[in-house]
Amino acid sequence: MATVKNSELEKEHLAHHDHVHDHDDHEESFVSKYVFSMDHKMISRQFLITAIVMAVIAMTMSVIFRMQLAWPGEKFGFINAMLGDKWGKDGILDPNMYLALVTIHGTIMVFFVLTGGLSGTFANLLIPYQVGARDMASGFLNMLSYWFFFASSVIMTASLFIDDGPASAGWTIYPPLSALPEAIPGSKLGMTLWLFSMTLFVVSSLLGGINYVVTVLNLRTKGMKMTRMPLTVWAFLITAILGVLSFPVLVSCVVLLLCDRSLGTSFYLSDIYIGGRPLDNVGGSPVLFEHLFWFLGHPEVYIVLLPALGITSEVIATSSRKPIFGYRAMIGSMLAIGFLSFIVWGHHMFMTGMNPFLGSVFVFTTLLIAIPSAVKAFNYITTMWKGNIQFTPAMLFSIGLVSSFITGGVTGIILADSTLDINVHDTYFVVAHFHIVMGLSAIFGMFAGVYHWFPKMFLRMMNKKLGYVHFWITLTMAYGVFFPMHFLGLAGVPRRYYTNSNFPMFDNLVDINEIVTICAIIGALGQGVFLFNFFYSIFRGEKAPQNPWNSNTLEWTTPMANIHGNWPGALPVVHRWAYDYSKPGKEKDFVVQTVPLEEGEQDGDSH
Amino acid sequence: MNFLVLLAIVLLVIAGHQLLRVIELSRGLKKTKEWQITETDNNMMGKAMLTFMIFFFLFFFWQVNRWMDRSLPPSASEHGVKIDMLWDYNMYLITVVFIITNFFLFWFAYKYRGLKTTKASFITHNNKLEMAWTIIPAVVLAFIIIFGLKFWNEIMEDAKDPNRVVVELYAKQFDWSARYAGKDGKLGETDYRQIDGSNAMGMDTTDAAGFDDIANIKNEFHIPVNREIELVMRSRDVIHSAYLPHFRAQMNCVPGMITTFKFKPTKTTVEMKNDPYVVKMMAGINAQRAKFGKDPVEFDYLLLCNKICGASHYNMQMNVIVDTEADYNAWMAKQKVFKSAVAAK
Repeated sequence: MATVKNSELEKEHLAHHDHVHDHDDHEESFVSKYVFSMDHKMISRQFLITAIVMAVIAMTMSVIFRMQLAWPGEKFGFINAMLGDKWGKDGILDPNMYLALVTIHGTIMVFFVLTGGLSGTFANLLIPYQVGARDMASGFLNMLSYWFFFASSVIMTASLFIDDGPASAGWTIYPPLSALPEAIPGSKLGMTLWLFSMTLFVVSSLLGGINYVVTVLNLRTKGMKMTRMPLTVWAFLITAILGVLSFPVLVSCVVLLLCDRSLGTSFYLSDIYIGGRPLDNVGGSPVLFEHLFWFLGHPEVYIVLLPALGITSEVIATSSRKPIFGYRAMIGSMLAIGFLSFIVWGHHMFMTGMNPFLGSVFVFTTLLIAIPSAVKAFNYITTMWKGNIQFTPAMLFSIGLVSSFITGGVTGIILADSTLDINVHDTYFVVAHFHIVMGLSAIFGMFAGVYHWFPKMFLRMMNKKLGYVHFWITLTMAYGVFFPMHFLGLAGVPRRYYTNSNFPMFDNLVDINEIVTICAIIGALGQGVFLFNFFYSIFRGEKAPQNPWNSNTLEWTTPMANIHGNWPGALPVVHRWAYDYSKPGKEKDFVVQTVPLEEGEQDGDSH
Repeated sequence: MNFLVLLAIVLLVIAGHQLLRVIELSRGLKKTKEWQITETDNNMMGKAMLTFMIFFFLFFFWQVNRWMDRSLPPSASEHGVKIDMLWDYNMYLITVVFIITNFFLFWFAYKYRGLKTTKASFITHNNKLEMAWTIIPAVVLAFIIIFGLKFWNEIMEDAKDPNRVVVELYAKQFDWSARYAGKDGKLGETDYRQIDGSNAMGMDTTDAAGFDDIANIKNEFHIPVNREIELVMRSRDVIHSAYLPHFRAQMNCVPGMITTFKFKPTKTTVEMKNDPYVVKMMAGINAQRAKFGKDPVEFDYLLLCNKICGASHYNMQMNVIVDTEADYNAWMAKQKVFKSAVAAK
């Protein structure tokens, strides 16, 4: 595959193109166009819409368990209507179902929305477009990638409807809780389905990831040097490499757990007495599982975050009408984050019984990550400095991302410090931290991407005013949900408690929980504005012009019609980097990458 | 009721749709497209950014003002005092960073909003600036790392004090048991296969070192003030986590493994009940309890489970009583040793 060069594909394409013109009989069937499509643009849309459906499910779950946390013991018709009499008898949430909801909420959000949905949608859409390729290196593998994702989504969703309920050991599924059906009902069939679903998910992720890497390395058009690539492509490239290197470890982790569950092995089990009898398993260690899980789990955080940062780089530069500040520093910091993300996983395990000396090493590496992260935040802010900011909805969400990246990032400095982690480990302080820095930042990046590239995806424009409304509801309510959680953490409230009312020491926190839940409900309803805008605009939005945001990158040079091969004629030739915004001496405030350099004109940031 | 809600939603959708039709029709008459960003938009959104920033910071200070005194009381253990100090310094630092960077972000969004007169400058990078904001965080982080690790190594060092009290905490779904080494100062060996009704902690009944152990302590356990306590932890079934927030102590209990954590309590339960911070805090808690019609409570140190362990994870607790040396000895004298407990059966 590595030998496939752009020029060879190009000959093939042009030959094919002529052929089509000769016969004019090239009609695609419904199935090959909309279902088993091998076109990166269609696959991208499939990923996006699947992810939106999954996101709505996971968000609804969060509303249900937030209602329980704010008003424990209250009866809600809504809960009964959603969960039925078994799990929501009289409108009161069942404690086992509570754990199942937080588990599946986390799983769907982290993997299906922010990994599959974010990378699947935008790496697929933008890599071929922005490097100037006809399609992904392998359209077939790309198609498989989506269908494995789809199958995995179906299994995960189906597990919600089985008798014992879905997996409920937390999204980190630590054994023995996840390994022993006696320990919790969710560890019966529900956990088996979870493990199968995740295995298929990893297959999908690997097929996609290999494709992204190969496409970026081999299919760049003439003149598209690595140092001329938009930061989006850099972000997707690094993300894909992280995924390819870390996701297989999750599979081994999961397979060993399946063995412990079904074949009587003892990888993670030892000295257990449960259900009135001692188990035979001896010699395994749950800590081994934790190492394997977090060896993926931590890079995963950056697999979620980097695409969002890439999208934001592009949107902030375009909307500020200014080059991204410190282009090379941005690439360098992404590479540094990518590298470091592999040697910090132990900071999730300071309190697990892991040797404290090992913990010290992870403190050191983890705090190092703060440096490239700070560089990125400063570069975003400086890109806006002396700009001419155009507040598209995408730009609003990008600013939201930078804010949440900072706000959630600084508490990471606390949690990375093992000494300080002792007392807030597994409390709401952690919940606040990772929801803001990872959840909000990534979802804001995803929204920015949807608003920015909607015209490319669906050839129509989204409604701007609804976009504004959506942004302000989302930003204010998101901070309303997650900021107060820090204070719950300071009061020592552990996460994953069905109710805090069994501890008198938490009785004075009732109003905090109510504020959080009310904001969550309003925020969730606010997403209705987005859903309406999105689906309405697909069919009824205004027709999109060629280059609505006056952007420099190659995707805006393709015709506004989703054609096979992206460019009807020859591939574009690139002459400059992607960030010539407001360049002195130019007629307009943007210069598309295909415009040749003038005599004596400097390319890129060499000024 | 459900039908009415459904009807309301349907009507809302129809109304929204009609409204959009009107907007769509009127749009045809205008020159600028709906999606185009106008100067008015930029002006409005730029100002909204500034307004948001002000309210965001106000919200932050409002929360600190209102909720900060609901945080855990000042540490009741020796090492915890150091953690609290380090925590405070780090917290001040990140609060400053949080405010300054968010300020610049939203201020620039406002200041450089695209008006007719605004022109962007072509600035690609600035090596000096970039060096500065790489090196400064690196230096600050170096200090954070050095102090953090210094304390970490002290806290996690093996317990060596010969005068220490060794308490074993044994976790299972969904309660805790405690065990003390007897006069010989040694905890007896354990064997999970020997667990049964009278031997709930799975002690090895053949190990003589365990005969004088004081086992199966439920609901509350006592420790003496100002002596080093070494917690030795085991689990019977799944991972639990022994969390003693008032002492800034936490460690997972892992089946198949023995984990430890040491700390020195500095205030007895009685002293803590009279601590001004705690008195105020308990007044707030009892006021809230009165609203729910619940009886008032007194302060107690607690052991909580802080690792998801099953349906009743949220209710896995044990009281910790910190006594004076004399009270502790008196309590201990009343406990039965393991062998006599077995013999009695």
